[in-house]
Amino acid sequence: MTLIRNYWLSAVAILVSILVFLVPFAFIILMTFKEQRQAALLDFSWPMGNALWGNIVEVVTTRNWMLVTAFVNSTILTVVSVTLLVVFGAMVGFVLQRRKTRFNGLIEFLILAGLMLPPAVVPTIWLLQGMGLFGRLHGLILIEVAYGLPFTILLYRAFIATIPRDLDEAAIIDGARPFDVFFRIVLPLLWPVTVTNIVVQSVAIFNDFTNPLYYLPGNANATVQLTLYNFQSQFSTSYNLLFTNIALITIPPLLVFLFFNRQIVAGMTAGAVKG
Amino acid sequence: MAVTTQAGMAQAAGKPRAVQRRSPYPGWFFIPAAVIYIVLFLVPTFASLYFSLTRWTLFNSTFIGLENFAQFLREPFLIKGLINTVLYAAITSALKVVLGLLLAVLLTSQIAARGYLRSVVFFPVLVSTVGVGITFTVLMHPTNGMINEGLALLGIKGPGWLVDPNLALFSVALVDVWKGVGLATVIYIAGIVAIPKDYYEAARIDGATRLQNFFYITLPLSRPATTTVIILSFIGGLRTFDLIWAMTRGGPGFASDTVASVIYKQYQSGFYGLSTAGNVVLFILIAALVIPLTMLLNRKEGHE
Repeated sequence: MTLIRNYWLSAVAILVSILVFLVPFAFIILMTFKEQRQAALLDFSWPMGNALWGNIVEVVTTRNWMLVTAFVNSTILTVVSVTLLVVFGAMVGFVLQRRKTRFNGLIEFLILAGLMLPPAVVPTIWLLQGMGLFGRLHGLILIEVAYGLPFTILLYRAFIATIPRDLDEAAIIDGARPFDVFFRIVLPLLWPVTVTNIVVQSVAIFNDFTNPLYYLPGNANATVQLTLYNFQSQFSTSYNLLFTNIALITIPPLLVFLFFNRQIVAGMTAGAVKG
Repeated sequence: MAVTTQAGMAQAAGKPRAVQRRSPYPGWFFIPAAVIYIVLFLVPTFASLYFSLTRWTLFNSTFIGLENFAQFLREPFLIKGLINTVLYAAITSALKVVLGLLLAVLLTSQIAARGYLRSVVFFPVLVSTVGVGITFTVLMHPTNGMINEGLALLGIKGPGWLVDPNLALFSVALVDVWKGVGLATVIYIAGIVAIPKDYYEAARIDGATRLQNFFYITLPLSRPATTTVIILSFIGGLRTFDLIWAMTRGGPGFASDTVASVIYKQYQSGFYGLSTAGNVVLFILIAALVIPLTMLLNRKEGHE
């Protein structure tokens, strides 16, 4: 009896999942194969002919290879921001978990505030302009680090609580400097949560649209999400190109999903504080 | 005697310093993170409190008191944005709680293709929001869109999802749920898996039905997950900008404007003081709604 019901339930679940979750992605893929005229019909149909390669070439070369520039920019942005986040976040998480001082309450309050409150946009732009960082990639890198720190610190602090203190003390007694204790002994032990942090933050920063829109205006240093935004008006009549662009910038998250699904889920449920 | 005391005192005074120097947890580890966070997050946040009271060109600012906030409450489209923001947050978090819990129960039960189903529900969480927004804008096209063509096959005349002013905000909220329900689901799965099996065992011996299992075991014991999902999606909903911007740009008219899209529009038009006031309104809104909500959810949790 249960077996039969589960059989039907499974069938229904799979069918609904295909309809709700797979069809939109199938739609994107079908669009990338279509010629402009067929794509303009916006229907869910099999492509006549195969225009995939032509579409890719056109999207990549449009506006002076803007998509390539954008991929380079997004890669630099993601790699540098995540590196800084991991190192600085782990350092704070370590000392915050190990040393109880009267500032801990204040620091924890600031972390929660950072998770909850949206950034004040125009004052940030004003400040970045004052420092000569507005519209520059390193300015945006520092912004991503500032906004990502609270979540990174929380993940690290929770994990560091599971590593015995005796380890740090033994190392100190053996004459290691605090710097070495952290970078040579503790940080390597944090590898599982570091992977989680890298994966979660990379996806978040690579997919970030709002911060580049505000802090990195201009076509010269667009990030991948902004190419979509810029092409949206330009390609309003060529949906095939718009969807080819969407497909191309979905490849990196797809790869992450295929290889690091477990770490992502672990990070998002363990931290469970990030939107 | 005096010498020994002095030496002893020196030792006593010197000892904590020596220990501090050799502490494996140096305070300067805070500095790099603190500098970046304070300069780029805290300073702008406090500066916004002042600049929201000014007429501001980025180069000079004139103090005008609460005029920006008065304007916020006077302009109908700004009030509309405020109401929309709360509505959007409430709808998305309610749907994510209900659907996330049901999906999690389904995906922890004995059904076929569990791995596939979990993956397919979670994948949209990782996809670019703007990409999802553009895709659904096309799928929700009133005449050519796939959704309405599909409904037409069933003999239903589909609504104008994004062009109907009464419906636009809800359509965007639905897409938000489509993209975000996977996160709610994995949080609930983590919560449900952590429930000790003994409870279900005892319930089975007592002859409990599946429905009773759900309402008397799963639902109360996954309360921490519910709290997390609600708070998370509520804050996310209040702050939402990219999906709305990708799909409707706050339109038609101002029908789907939220505070975040108003902030961007005012910034684009060069009303920096007003835009910053919008930011302060959003701070207040989030603090005023999320803090009591958190307290309420945590209190009930402790009660049981």
